[in-house]
Amino acid sequence: MRYAYFLGCITPLRYPGIEAATKIVLKELGVEVIELNGASCCPAPGVFGSFDLWNWLILAARNLDLAEDLDAKIVVTCNGCYGSLQEAHHLLEDVVRREAVNEVLAKIGRRYEGRTEVKHVTEVLLEDVGAEELKKRVKKPLKGLKVAVHYGCHFLKPSKIRGHGSPEAPTYLDELVELTGAESIDYLDKLMCCGAGGGVRAGRLDVALDFTLEKVRNIKRAGGDVIVTPCAFCHFQFDTGQRELMSKGLLDKPVPVAFITQLIGLAMGFSPDEMGLNDNFIPPKYLEKIS
Amino acid sequence: MSAVSRQVVVLQASWEFADEVIKRGSRIFPEEELKTLYACIQCGTCVGDCPSGRRTAWRIRHIIRKTQLGMREAVLSDETLWNCTTCYTCQERCPRGVATTDVIRIIRNIAFEEGYALERHLAVARNFAKIGHAIPITDEVKEKRKRLGLLPVPPTTLSYPKALSEVQKIIEIDGFLKKIQR
Ligand code: SF4
Ligand code: SF4
Repeated sequence: MRYAYFLGCITPLRYPGIEAATKIVLKELGVEVIELNGASCCPAPGVFGSFDLWNWLILAARNLDLAEDLDAKIVVTCNGCYGSLQEAHHLLEDVVRREAVNEVLAKIGRRYEGRTEVKHVTEVLLEDVGAEELKKRVKKPLKGLKVAVHYGCHFLKPSKIRGHGSPEAPTYLDELVELTGAESIDYLDKLMCCGAGGGVRAGRLDVALDFTLEKVRNIKRAGGDVIVTPCAFCHFQFDTGQRELMSKGLLDKPVPVAFITQLIGLAMGFSPDEMGLNDNFIPPKYLEKIS
Repeated sequence: MSAVSRQVVVLQASWEFADEVIKRGSRIFPEEELKTLYACIQCGTCVGDCPSGRRTAWRIRHIIRKTQLGMREAVLSDETLWNCTTCYTCQERCPRGVATTDVIRIIRNIAFEEGYALERHLAVARNFAKIGHAIPITDEVKEKRKRLGLLPVPPTTLSYPKALSEVQKIIEIDGFLKKIQR
């Protein structure tokens, strides 16, 4: 199990707690993680995909090639990075398309052969490590914690390319969360988008925040103590976004946010500081409930 | 004159724009998947499930129909075009298998290069051209990273000038740089 960690933008540049927690947790679970030196933005599927898809595909191919050079698979902690790199990898299985992209890559001395694989950190946890092993590693069960899982859009969709089954009623993230001893609650429109994708956060902040507000209201109504995401960009939208909603006077009490590896690390016995949980804008009040 | 003026347009329906969208997109996606654009029957499943359409004037079904009718300018200049979060709900649920979300991104690509890019999007693109990331690094983040036991600057294009120059060369060769310098 050797993975090159593709960081992307939000993880290292806004929520490094996600990066730290992921490295610590994977190492503890025996997964070898190496750096993917020289990687760029994935580039983001919604933003850069909306600007120029041809350019998006070539830049994604360059990032894939970095991992190919290391003979490593890629692990990501953002559904956006997953969306771009996994889709680009899939599109580049077509030899004609790959050769067209390689014509451009040749000008920087690169060539992508299609030999890496792109895995989301939740796939590494569930498939490489496995539920059994994870359960064994839980030292501090998060009993009594009500978790509102937010899946995000791009891990499961487009389902034809992702190949993780139907996106209509997924359970993999709820299962991961419940391995920690916490309860994954149901809430209205659980599978709805956080609002940040597609360049909406950058271009139309009020629209993005309106999505987020709807989700947060639904989560609060269902009694969620913490929002858990598998996506750095959704994490960013919920944490920074709720702060923005509060400063606009649109939200009173926020719901804290945790990334999936941060939650798992906590259950494995690592401290909130080691997991970077205090680096979010919204203080992790839910910790009182489990200490 | 009333504030609302009604223009009467005699529409000459044509597949020209739909053909253009499919042809352009087929450089990236399999052409047969994009040809689903011809198959939309305006059932409304897409718009009924769209979380953006719930709160804004964005109507995915209209965009698909206008594209089928060849209303190129109306589609490209539609300000709501940028309200879609690319959540794929519509694409997953379309009973005719229309690749809606992919079509939106292709249409946006055309709008982007024809001068309809949002200023804030150009800023993101220019930041990428400068450092290889969509967002800049801050001193506060460097501090946080250090505290967490990470390198203050991540080992990405931010730490490797050669890697950054590769990225910058790509966007110069493939024409992206020109599109964001205007
Ligand atoms: S769901 Fe599909 S067929 Fe129905 S209106 Fe939307 S794009 Fe057309
Ligand atoms: S992909 Fe865009 S148009 Fe389709 S449902 Fe999501 S926000 Fe609406």
